[in-house]
Amino acid sequence: MIIMDDFLIRALIAGSGVALVAGPLGSFVVWRRMAFFGGTLSHSALLGVALGFYLGLNLNVAIFAVCAIVAVVLVMLEKKTRLANDTLLGILAHASLAIGLIAFAVIESRRVDLMAYLFGDILATTTMDITVIYVGGFAVLVVMGFLWRPLLSATVHEELAFVEGVPVVAVNLAFMLLLAVVVALAMKIVGILLVTSLIIIPAATVRPLSATPERMAVLAGVMGCLAVAGGLWGSVALDAPSGPSIVVAAFALFVVSAALPKLKL
Amino acid sequence: MNDRFRDAALLIEARNITVTRDGKEILSNAETRVRAGEIVTLIGPNGAGKTTVVRVILGLMQADAGSVEKRPGLVIGYMPQKLHIDPTLPLSVGRFLALGSPANSEQTQAVLDEVGAGSIMKTPLQAVSGGEFQRVLLARALLRNPDLLVLDEPSQGIDVTGQSELYRLIGRIRDRRSCGVLMVSHDLHLVMAETDEVVCLNHHVCCAGHPEAVTNDPSYIQLFGKQVASTLAVYHHHHDHAHDGDGNVVPLDDGEEEVGGHDHHG
Repeated sequence: MIIMDDFLIRALIAGSGVALVAGPLGSFVVWRRMAFFGGTLSHSALLGVALGFYLGLNLNVAIFAVCAIVAVVLVMLEKKTRLANDTLLGILAHASLAIGLIAFAVIESRRVDLMAYLFGDILATTTMDITVIYVGGFAVLVVMGFLWRPLLSATVHEELAFVEGVPVVAVNLAFMLLLAVVVALAMKIVGILLVTSLIIIPAATVRPLSATPERMAVLAGVMGCLAVAGGLWGSVALDAPSGPSIVVAAFALFVVSAALPKLKL
Repeated sequence: MNDRFRDAALLIEARNITVTRDGKEILSNAETRVRAGEIVTLIGPNGAGKTTVVRVILGLMQADAGSVEKRPGLVIGYMPQKLHIDPTLPLSVGRFLALGSPANSEQTQAVLDEVGAGSIMKTPLQAVSGGEFQRVLLARALLRNPDLLVLDEPSQGIDVTGQSELYRLIGRIRDRRSCGVLMVSHDLHLVMAETDEVVCLNHHVCCAGHPEAVTNDPSYIQLFGKQVASTLAVYHHHHDHAHDGDGNVVPLDDGEEEVGGHDHHG
């Protein structure tokens, strides 16, 4: 029997908050085949952390700003170069991670724990973190609610959506910015290198259980909460690092879902 | 706003459309117009620029020169060439149709019935056949109550019987709704009966007019080669240019006098 310490309860609340937001966003990431894009955003988040420290900014804000800039740069580069999208993403992901690591080394004197940002530090969650996650997460879900139909339409077929009057460019940009917010919120939970997993694994896990996009989005949020709870439990029981434990729990749920015969709920 | 649109029947007019990409001219002075109740079919070989014309008309692509004028308030229903639904996206036919217009389920069902796909409302999109899928796409375009239907290769992935059935359906829809139809097709044989005007395209408009006139046009025969020439009663005469393997216009090298060929005016 594990005693539910305060820090564990805070971790569970924070992780669940992120998971509930990551589910719907992650569903769109899966449908739009943007998993690598999510990875690129999260890699660039380290640069945001370094800049945040250097400039004395709120880290969430700094991460969001850097992710947003990377997203916009990517969209502009996509139009200007002949390079394939995944090549561009690879270039930006690793360039921004490398720049972020160098920036971290430069400010090392301030004794910043790099590992906490790379792999998350959910057990150190503060009440302030929880507030930020729930306020930010709620805002993301509200915007998602308004965006839902045009975003779904653009996801199915951009040009058809455009002809039918959907402002496709604006909708896509808004979605990328929302994703940047989620990366900034999720970094504390699983860390920069594992953020994408919290976004895409729960969504991929619940696909066989979902007959509508909305059901998939909601179930992905619930599945993410299960992964957070399972990971925290495993982390405490096995004295394993918490961020990776949450990802392993999500992966275990995915394996079970993939192995089960197709259920119709 | 424009004198031509006082003729209420004219829905859309594209003139002198020129599109160049990477130094290659995809379209040169192409033009087409569609009136209400009229079916206009763009034909031409692969890579002739048919889809480019459609994309320019829909605003999906900017032409380097030329103009597209639409009747004010024109509602377009568009049926794209290819639509790949990611297998991870759980979407029923009904939900897919609802994405395009705020129709209720009765209206949706009525349009599905109209296109002959009334029984698949709740079927996942990934589970419908190629022919059904094209009908679903057509239904989505129709749900907008369009003045103009723009159909890019509507018979893709359908067998020949299904194809002529689909073209007859498009003809019936035109009759019932009196909308204009602009359609891209590979195959004139199948669309001929339902087409009022054919625009034969190979980077430029080779010839345009009533289907029977076009099939007798030497540039059409030149473009589609012996296969068509052998299946249609045709006559042959000289014209002022030929097409090379890439569809580029090349001058005739025999210098014979032109008898009844066509010229291109921009």
